[in-house]
Amino acid sequence: MNLSTAVQEHYAVISIEGRFTAAVAPRLREEANDLVAEGRKNIVVDLSAATFIDSSGLGALIGALKTARVAGGDLRIAAAPEHVLSVLRLTNLDRVLRNHPTPDAAFNAG
Amino acid sequence: MTGRFILIRVLAVLSVLLGANYIVWRWLDSVNWSAWWIAVPLVVAETYSLVDTFLFALTMWRARERPGPQSEPQGTVDVLITTYNEPIDMVMRTAEAAKRIAYPHTTWILDDGARPEMEARAREAGVGYITRSDDWTGKPRHAKAGNLNSALFQTDGEFLLILDADQVPDPLILHRTLGYFADDPAVALVQTPQWFGNVDEADPLGSQAPLFYGPIQQGKDGWNAAFFCGSNAVLRREALMQLGIVGYVRDVTDSTRRVLRTSEKVLAKEIGRTDDEDLRRELVDVRSAVGAARARIDAGEPIADVTFELRGVVDEASRRLVARDVDSMRADLAAIAQLPLERDAELDAVVVDDRGLDLLVETDLSPVGSIQAVGQLLEALRIDRGDEAQPVLPLATISVTEDMATAMQLHALGWRSVYHHEVLATGLAPEDLRTMLTQRLRWAQGTLQVMLRDNPLVKRGLSAGQRLMYFGTMWSYLSGFAAVVYLAAPFIYLIFGVMPVSAWSTDFFARFIPAFVANQLLFVVVARGVKTWRGQQYSLALFPVWIKACWTAFANVVLGRPLNFAVTRKDGRDPSGVPWREIWPQLTAMVLLVVALVIGALRVAVGTADGVGTLVNTAWVAYDLVVLSVIIQAAAYRGPQPRAITEGES
Repeated sequence: MNLSTAVQEHYAVISIEGRFTAAVAPRLREEANDLVAEGRKNIVVDLSAATFIDSSGLGALIGALKTARVAGGDLRIAAAPEHVLSVLRLTNLDRVLRNHPTPDAAFNAG
Repeated sequence: MTGRFILIRVLAVLSVLLGANYIVWRWLDSVNWSAWWIAVPLVVAETYSLVDTFLFALTMWRARERPGPQSEPQGTVDVLITTYNEPIDMVMRTAEAAKRIAYPHTTWILDDGARPEMEARAREAGVGYITRSDDWTGKPRHAKAGNLNSALFQTDGEFLLILDADQVPDPLILHRTLGYFADDPAVALVQTPQWFGNVDEADPLGSQAPLFYGPIQQGKDGWNAAFFCGSNAVLRREALMQLGIVGYVRDVTDSTRRVLRTSEKVLAKEIGRTDDEDLRRELVDVRSAVGAARARIDAGEPIADVTFELRGVVDEASRRLVARDVDSMRADLAAIAQLPLERDAELDAVVVDDRGLDLLVETDLSPVGSIQAVGQLLEALRIDRGDEAQPVLPLATISVTEDMATAMQLHALGWRSVYHHEVLATGLAPEDLRTMLTQRLRWAQGTLQVMLRDNPLVKRGLSAGQRLMYFGTMWSYLSGFAAVVYLAAPFIYLIFGVMPVSAWSTDFFARFIPAFVANQLLFVVVARGVKTWRGQQYSLALFPVWIKACWTAFANVVLGRPLNFAVTRKDGRDPSGVPWREIWPQLTAMVLLVVALVIGALRVAVGTADGVGTLVNTAWVAYDLVVLSVIIQAAAYRGPQPRAITEGES
C-alpha cells in the first residue's frame, strides 16, 4: 500500500493506493496530524486507488475526521470505488460520510 | 448425538414439565392466602426458580462438544496482556510465557498503571509496552475496555489474544484456536476456559467454574451465544473494529439529533426573550438552519456534510454577534461608567459587584446567554465524540464487565462465537473471601448493567436463542431475592407456625418430589462428575452480594449514580482479614436458623406444632445451613495448601 499527499490551495489530498487496513491506519493518522499541524485543516482522502478497505481503515478515517474537525476544518472522502462504498454501507458509515465524485469536487461543491 | 446428550434432553423436558406441574398447582391450589405476606413471596420465588430451570434446560438442549477446528492456524496475531496494578513479576511471568507461544505473534503489555518499572522490564524482555495516550487525559477511562480500546489503535494484528495479567498461556493456545476463524469467516471470538492453578481440591471460594466453563458455555455455544469472558480468548480485529464503527455512527447520529432538537428549543426561548432586533434576526436564521439540518438528516443526508454546513452558519452568526457584542460591551461599559460603581484606583478597573452584574443581565445589555447557547451548539456539531478519548470504541463501555456486552453486540451484528473446551491458560484465583466477594459483585453488577442498558430480550439482531442465553445469565443474578425468601419461610414456620402453603400434604409431596428429583438428576448428568456443589452453595450463600449488585446497578443505570470499578487482586490475599461487614447477613441468617430449629423442636415437644410440617421445615433449614456454611469455610480460608505455585505473590 502507498500513501501520498498533494497540497492544493484550499485543501490537501491524501491518496491511498492498495489495501487500506490496520497496517496502514497509523500512517493516515500521522499524515492528517501533520497536515493539520501545518495549518492545512481541509483534507480530502482520495480512495480511487484503494483495492480494499476494512473497518480499521474506516476507523482511521474517523480518527482523521476528528483531527480535522477539532482544528476547525473538515475531512472528506472522494472517488471511492464500489467495494469501498459497500463497506461504508455495511457499517452505516455512509450515514456520516458522503463520497464525493472527485477530490476536486469535495471542497469546491460545498 | 451421544446417549448422554439424549438423556440430557429427556431430563431437561422432565424438569420443566414436572416443575411446571408443581408451580401451577402451587399458584392455583396451595397458596395460604391468609398468610399472603410470606405465601406470595414464596410462590413467586419458586416461580423464579422454575424459570431458571427452564433457561438452564434450554441451554443444555443444544450442548455440544466441538471436535476442534478443521483449518490450519493462520493470520497475524497480537497477544495483549492487560494489567493495572498487578505485581510486575506476575505480569512478566505471563509475558514470558506469551513470548513462548509457538505460533508467530507479537506480545504486548497494556499497562494501565503506566509504571516506569513495568516499562523497563517489558523492554528488557523484548515485549511491546503500551499505555494510554494523552487523548485519554480528562476523559472517561473505561477501565479494562478502555485499556484494550486504546491498544487496538496501536497494534495491527488480524487477531488478538487477550490475557489477564495472571493468565499464563500454553504455548499451543493459538495453534488450537486460530483455525476456527479460517473455518468460518463470520467467527469473531473463540473463548477458552479460565482455570486457576492456585486452588486446591476443596476450593472453598468456589473459584473454578467447571459448570460454566464446560456444559453451560457448550450449551450457549450450541445457540451461537458462547460468551466472551474477558481473558483467554482470541478475537478478530475486523469484528471489533466494525463494532466500533457502527457504535460511532449510532452515537453520532443520536447525539446530533438530540443536539439539534435541544438547540431548536433553546433558540426558540432566546428568540422569545430578547428585545434586541439584531439578535433576534440572527437567532431566527440560526433556528431555521437548525430545522433544515434536522430535516436533511432525517431524509438520509450524510451527517458530516449537514453538520459542517450548519456549523458554518452558526459560526458566521456567532462571529457577527460577537463583533456586535464587543461594540455593545463598549456601550455597556460606558453605561456602567454612569452607574454608581466603584473604580479601583490601584487596578484602574471598574469593580463590578454582584448587584452590578445582575443589573447587566436584567437590562439585557448584552446577549451573553444567547451566544453561549449558540457556541455550545457549535461544539456538539464537530461529531468527534468529544466526550470520549477516542471516537471509535470497539469494546463495549456500557458496563463494568466489558466482555459480555461486547460479545452480545458482536452477536447482534451477525458475528459468531466459539467455545473451545480445552484449558490453554492457567491463572490465579483470589485467595481470600474479601477479594472474591469484590470480584463476584463486579461480575453481577456488570451483567445487570447490560440487562438494564441493552436488554437482550429487545435488542435488535439477536436470534431468539441468543436472547434467552444472555437473559438466562442475567436472570440467574436475581437469585438473591429468592434466597431471602427461601431462608425466611422455614424460619417463620418454625418460630411462629405460619404456613406459606395450605398443607404439607400428599398433594404437595407428589408434585414437589418428582420436580426436585428431575432437576437434580439433570444437574448430575450435565455435570458428569465435575464438582458443581460449590457453585450451588454460592448461588444461595452470596445472596447479599447479588442483592447489592441489583440495587447498585439499578442506581447506576437508572439514577445515574457512580459504580466504582473494582480491580480484582491477583497478588494473593487481602491483608485486611475477614470481611465481617460483607458476611454478617449470612452469619445472622445462620444464627436465626439454628434458633428456629431449637424453637421448632420445642414447639413439637409441647404439642403446639405439627409434626410433618416441622419435619419438612427442619430438613429445609438443615439444607440452608449446609449451603450457608460455605461462608464460614471461606472466611477461615487462608489460601491453598502450600505448593510450588506462589511465585509472584507478596
